Amino acid sequence: MLSNIGIGLVVIVLILSFLIIYTACLDLKISNKFIKKSIYNLSLFQTTFTVLSFFTLIIGFINSDFSLINVYENSHTTKPLFYKIAGTWGNHEGSLLLWVNILVIFSFLFLVFSYTHGKKFRLYTLIFQNILILGFLFFLLLNSNPFNAIYPVPIEGLGLNPILQDPALAIHPPLLYVGFVGCSIYFSAAMASLIAGYRGILFAQSIKFWVKVSWCFQTLGIIVGSIWAYYELGWGGFWFWDPVENASLLPWFAITALMHSIIVLEKRKALYSWVIILCLLTFILSVTGTFLVRSGILNSVHTFASDPSRGIYILLFLSIMIFSSLTIFFIKHKKENFNFNLKSRETFILANNWFMAFFLVTVLIGMLYPIFLDVLTSVKISVGPPFFNIIIIPLIVPFLFLMAIGPKFSWIKSQNKFYYTILFFILGSIVINFSITYFFGKYSILSNLIFIAAVFLILHSFLDIKKFIDKKNKFVLPRIISHLGFGLLVFFIGINHQFSLEEDFNLKVGEIKKTKNYEVNFEDIKIKQSKNYKAVIGNFKITNLKNNLVQYLDPEIRIYSNPETLTYEAAIKTKITSDLYLTMSNVSRSDYYNIKFQNKPFMIWIWISALMIALGGFIQLTLKKNEN
Amino acid sequence: MLTKKVKKKILFLTVIFFLSIFSVFFVVKSLNENILYFSSPTEIKQREDIPFGKAMRVGGMVKKGSISINQKEIQFIITDFENEILISYSGTVPNLFAEEKGVVAEGRLSDKNFFVADRILAKHDENYMPPEIKDIIEKNVK
Repeated sequence: MLSNIGIGLVVIVLILSFLIIYTACLDLKISNKFIKKSIYNLSLFQTTFTVLSFFTLIIGFINSDFSLINVYENSHTTKPLFYKIAGTWGNHEGSLLLWVNILVIFSFLFLVFSYTHGKKFRLYTLIFQNILILGFLFFLLLNSNPFNAIYPVPIEGLGLNPILQDPALAIHPPLLYVGFVGCSIYFSAAMASLIAGYRGILFAQSIKFWVKVSWCFQTLGIIVGSIWAYYELGWGGFWFWDPVENASLLPWFAITALMHSIIVLEKRKALYSWVIILCLLTFILSVTGTFLVRSGILNSVHTFASDPSRGIYILLFLSIMIFSSLTIFFIKHKKENFNFNLKSRETFILANNWFMAFFLVTVLIGMLYPIFLDVLTSVKISVGPPFFNIIIIPLIVPFLFLMAIGPKFSWIKSQNKFYYTILFFILGSIVINFSITYFFGKYSILSNLIFIAAVFLILHSFLDIKKFIDKKNKFVLPRIISHLGFGLLVFFIGINHQFSLEEDFNLKVGEIKKTKNYEVNFEDIKIKQSKNYKAVIGNFKITNLKNNLVQYLDPEIRIYSNPETLTYEAAIKTKITSDLYLTMSNVSRSDYYNIKFQNKPFMIWIWISALMIALGGFIQLTLKKNEN
Repeated sequence: MLTKKVKKKILFLTVIFFLSIFSVFFVVKSLNENILYFSSPTEIKQREDIPFGKAMRVGGMVKKGSISINQKEIQFIITDFENEILISYSGTVPNLFAEEKGVVAEGRLSDKNFFVADRILAKHDENYMPPEIKDIIEKNVK
């Protein structure tokens, strides 16, 4: 029943897509200023029906309607309601429906809010966006239909992987999807701009808002995923260069470059082709990431069971997308001349873009090299985190310096003299850096440089904040917050990396382990029965040998029944200055428990500064357009 | 004669050119230093030129009844149903690490029968099998 309703709704959306493309093509021939009312209506219907289809699936999950294979495979009657709903997008088919939803909603919103822009440009954007929608709808219907029925109807479902039953992971996919799929609208807009010849400042203004929206959501989504990995996966860290993390970083680098260069296009009418390339690249990279993760080509923590046929479809779609966008780009491409003065803001923004491009290429190589080698020579390799660290970390130093002084320059040509401030701040950062080494311990030359650069950026941001308070120009505030956030992020990651204590050992109940500064006493274990899992809770008494402070940590081993899975819940004591982190696991029912014990300084500040980066973006969204 | 502007442009392009050559070289070099080759126990036995003391990965199934544990480390045997190798590891194992399940160990070979791991990888999905291990098993169990 639900299956038929769902499929019916999806088919209606499909037909509406065709209708929109058809009427938009007809409307293109009429040369007036306004888009036909019927197109608005069609687009509104399309949005309504897509959202309805998604709600149908949610209802299926809430009622545990196991006549849908998708619900049967990913839900269970005893699951809390919140995770029943979250289970809708916690699997491949459901999340693909969410993907289509976002495509459609963005298409409608763009149509409505771009009313100040050229008719042809808007219509072409709508056409391209609907071609994308069609592509994903066919994929959904032919290969990954969330509404496929199963007969006879099973009595009980298989359940959602417990590791996904977590509030952070319930909101993580929708955030990322708004971020990644939101890129589709300026992919379409870029194609439309090339074809309709809608170039320059107007194009920049038409997509600026959408770039910011997707940037904010991408940033926030990546942070939430990282927080989840920290407390749920029990790896005791926040970034692992896992292929999935890398896949999410690729579009982020492209979109961050775009965020910056689009300002140049708007203010200086330059870099049009580059902006177009970035628009196209961001969405292409989003789809590539999805392809690599869903097809199972990359090994990662994501649990979407892999299916090669999915990969082939997405690969096909991706190739068509890349090929057609490149063809249109090269046919319609016009040579641009621009001459930037070295001492101008646009030069620094360009420098940001070079760095982003370099980071992007590095991560891409690290990700794809193993795949190519496997296909070509069937030698199996993997690229470890040291590769990324060696390449990316040294470049952070000049990057931070440029990030600090770049915004000081004005457009076209700078006359200001601020070399004394720079010199003064560099001296200040060096002093701060050496006082850290003096009080807390030494570290390598590279780390010294990173600390100096990070402090330099932080000091500059503070100066900017002071200026902001004097002048009250609210449009610089988002930039200051995001840049300050980035400086603090690097700084705290550096501190965290240098002064973390990490110990792995095995203990029996009742045993005591002494580490450098701490005594870990494994006092007791208890068993607790919860609604959908059984938990083995360990009681640990941690004594800080320096100041005799006693703390208790209670990590858990959870045994879920549907599906039968073990998860380890880390016990984390968060304080302003540091996190105590302890996970416990049991190997093949021996008396020994496997313990990971960490003291990580300033963990909470890493999250706060990362959130500041996103916050800057969100503040910018709320500012009114009437700048200048 | 070259004008000042052209000279500047040439200088700029040369700098860019050398910078990009340098960065490509740098990336390729560190890529070569940091790739981890994946081998099965059989490959380790058979290959003559296997490097000792260089980081690599070994994968297979955890042999039944082979896990032993003490306060410092965990020892277990990885098998590909033809050959086996003893792994020693001091650290925390992922939650899907269990007997007769697929596992990938990252670390260094001490000799052809003994491997010191510094990371153990197992997937977060009970039905999942890393593709490398799947290949091994399909080859040997038939």
